[in-house]
Amino acid sequence: METNTEKQEYTITVYTENQVGLLNRIAIIFSRRKINVESLNTSPSEIAGIHRFTIVVMESQDIVLKVVRQIEKQVEVLKAYYNTNDEIVWQELALYKVLSEEITEKVKVERLLREYGARAVAIRKDFIVFETTGHREETNKLMKALEPFGLVEFVRSARVAIIKESSGFHEKLKDFEKREPSEDVIENEYLGKREAVFTM
Amino acid sequence: METKKFTGAQAVLEACIAEGAETIFGYPGGAIMPIYDALYDYKDKLKHILVRHEQGGIHAGQGYARTSGKVGVVFATSGPGATNLVTGLADAMIDSTPLVCITGQVFAHLLGTDAFQETDIINITMPITKWNYQVTDATEIPGILAKAFYLARSGRPGPVLIDITKNAQIQSFDYEGYTPCNHIRSYRPKPVIRKNYIDEAAALINSAKKPLVIFGQGVILGKAEKEFKKFIEKSGMPAAWTILGLSALPTDHPQNVGMLGMHGNYGPNVLTNECDVLIAVGMRFDDRVTGRLDKYAKQAKIIHLDIDPSEIDKNVKATVGVWGDCKETLPLLTLGIQQKDRSEWLKVFADYTEQEYNQCIKDEIYPSAEEMTMGEVIRIVNETTKGNAVMVTDVGQHQMVTCRYAKFNETRSNVTSGGLGTMGFGLPAAIGAKFGTPDKTVIAVIGDGGIQMNIQEFGTIMQTGVDVKIMILNNQFLGMVRQWQELFNEKRYSFVDIQSPDYVMVAKAYDIAGAKVEHRKDLVNAIETMLAHKGSYMLEVMVGKENNVFPMVPQGCSVSEIRLK
Repeated sequence: METNTEKQEYTITVYTENQVGLLNRIAIIFSRRKINVESLNTSPSEIAGIHRFTIVVMESQDIVLKVVRQIEKQVEVLKAYYNTNDEIVWQELALYKVLSEEITEKVKVERLLREYGARAVAIRKDFIVFETTGHREETNKLMKALEPFGLVEFVRSARVAIIKESSGFHEKLKDFEKREPSEDVIENEYLGKREAVFTM
Repeated sequence: METKKFTGAQAVLEACIAEGAETIFGYPGGAIMPIYDALYDYKDKLKHILVRHEQGGIHAGQGYARTSGKVGVVFATSGPGATNLVTGLADAMIDSTPLVCITGQVFAHLLGTDAFQETDIINITMPITKWNYQVTDATEIPGILAKAFYLARSGRPGPVLIDITKNAQIQSFDYEGYTPCNHIRSYRPKPVIRKNYIDEAAALINSAKKPLVIFGQGVILGKAEKEFKKFIEKSGMPAAWTILGLSALPTDHPQNVGMLGMHGNYGPNVLTNECDVLIAVGMRFDDRVTGRLDKYAKQAKIIHLDIDPSEIDKNVKATVGVWGDCKETLPLLTLGIQQKDRSEWLKVFADYTEQEYNQCIKDEIYPSAEEMTMGEVIRIVNETTKGNAVMVTDVGQHQMVTCRYAKFNETRSNVTSGGLGTMGFGLPAAIGAKFGTPDKTVIAVIGDGGIQMNIQEFGTIMQTGVDVKIMILNNQFLGMVRQWQELFNEKRYSFVDIQSPDYVMVAKAYDIAGAKVEHRKDLVNAIETMLAHKGSYMLEVMVGKENNVFPMVPQGCSVSEIRLK
C-alpha cells in the first residue's frame, strides 16, 4: 500500500439510518483529529428512510481512509465512500442579494444573467436575489463581479455530489437486510485492492 | 398473545434478567428512582450491588465483565450520577469491555431546560460509547435494551449507554415479552472471512524463518484461547503479549516469550525489530507497545488479524490484513501452516531472557538490598497462589511489576486498565471481578496513589461481604511519575510525594481485617495470612521508595532501544 500523504479535496458520501445524534457522532470523528470540514450536507438518498451525508474535507488519502473506516464503524452507518473530484459530479448553490438601484443603474441585469448563468429568484423594488449553481470557482466568479456593486448578502450551500461509478444503494440495502450478506456488502468488500476499499 | 401491563422500569429489569445480567452495580438517585422502586420487587431475581460512587460502579461492572465474559450492567442517576460514569466509559471503550449502562434522565418535557440534575449525557458520552440512545417512550425499552446488549457483546465489544427519561420509566405499556436482538442491518459485527487472505498469511508464515506472534485481548474477547494455542504450537512460533492479552496463554507455556512494550521483556521488544514475519492477533499496536512507529518492525512482513476493520493499517501497515473473528480465522490459519520446529529461534529469546534475568529480574524478585521490592511481593504471591488467582491491578509501577511477574494459568485472570491507564480502577474492578468469578481468589494489587482515588469502595466491600484481597504496595510516592521525573526531569520530584493515611485503620473502620508489613522477615507470613483469611483482607507492604521499573523503552524511542537499567 503506497503511503499517500498529499492533501487534496475528498468528498465522503455516507449512507445512514435516520437517527437523532448521528450527525454529532460523525462530526466528532473529524473534530477529534482536528480536521476542518469544508462542507457538510445531509439529505434524503435514493432510498426512503436512508440518509445521505456528503462531507468535503481537504486531507491526505491516508487520513481520509482512516476517518472513513471510523465512520463506517458507527452502528447506524450503512456504508461510507470517499472520492476525489474526478470521480464525482457535484454542485453547490449560491444566493446573492444586491440592491435593485445599484444593479439596474450600473449593471445590466440581463448581461449578468446570461454571462453567469444566473437566475433572478426574487425581484423587488429594493433588492434582487440571484442564484447560481456550479462549482465553487463558478459561484465565486459572480460574487466577485457583484462585489463592486455592493453585494448585501451572499450564501453558498454545501456540496452535493453524485458518484459517477455508483449504481445506487438499492441492491446493497437488500443485501444489508439479509442476515448472511453477499460478499459485496461486507466490510472487506474491496480487500483485493485495499486502497479502494471505500470507493465504488 | 396475551400482553401484560408493565412500566418502563419493569421492562428494564426484565431485559436484564432475559440477558442473564443477574448482577448489577449501581447507585440510586432522583431520576432513576422508578427503576429502583421496581428493583425492590426483583430482589430475588437480580443482585444489585450498592457501590459508593458511580465511578466505582462502572469499574466494578468492568471487572465483572472481564472475569465472567458477560456484559456488565451499571445503573446511575442523571446529572452527576451519569457524569461520574464518564471515566469508566472511556476506559471500557478503549479496552473493548462489554457494558450496558442505564442512566436515569429528567422528564422528557424538561429536556433542554437545565432542569435539576439534567445533563446531556448522550452528547457527553458519544465519543466514549460504542452506541448510546435516549429513550423517552417506554414502548421502546425492550427493543432498545435488546439492541444495547447485542451491541455491547458482539463484534468488537464496548460500552453502551441507555439514557431513560423518568416519564418513560413510569409509563405503563402493553408488554409483549422480550426478544433478544441478533441483527441490525447497518451493523456488521463480523467481517466475512476471505480465504485468499488466510492463504496469503499462511504462506508468509510458512516461508518465515523468524516469525513472532504478538497477541492482545482479542484472543480473550473472541474466546479463542484454545484456537490460539493450537495455532502457535503447530508451527512452534514464539508468542508475546500486550498487557490486555496477558493470561490468554499460560505464563509457563514454553512458547510464551513475555510482555511487549514500554516495560515489557527484553527479548520480545528487541526481536520485534529482528523477526521476519510479525503476526499480530487481536491487538491494536498501541504506542506503549510499539514505541517509535517509524522504527517499528520495518524489516518484517506484517500479518494483522482483527475483527475491527478500522484497526487494520491504523498504526502499522499490514502486509496481509486478515479481517475476522479470531475464533474463526485462527483455525483456518492453523490448517494452512506447516508443522515446524523453531527451537533455534526460541533459543534466541531464551538468551535474551537470561540476560534480562541476570541484569534486571533477579534483583527485583530476590533483592539484595534491605528494602522490599514490588517484584518480590509478586513472586511470593505466585509461590502461594501457584498462578491460580485473578490479579487485578490499578495503574502505575505496581501494575507493570504485577503484569511482568505474576503467573497465570487460566484466561480472564488478569484485570487491568490498559488503554486509558485509569488510576482508581483497581479496587472497584476487583470487587466486580470477584462477583464475576466467585470461586477464584481475587487479589487487587494497588499503589498508594491509586488506592486513594476510589478508597470509598471499602464501603461496598463492607456491606456486601465480598471477599477481595487488597495489597497496597506503598512506596510513598506516585511512583511511575517519580520514575519519569528521575530519569527525564533531572529528579525534579514535582508533587509526587503523596502521603497516606493509616490504611490498616481505614480498613478496620470498614470492618476489613488488615496488616502492614515493613520488614522482609514478615512478608511471606503476611501474604500467607492474607490469602488464608476468610473474607476480605487488606495488606499494606512498604516497598523501596525510589525503585524503578525496568526494562524500559523510553518514550519516543524504538523498541530496540529498550534499557535494562
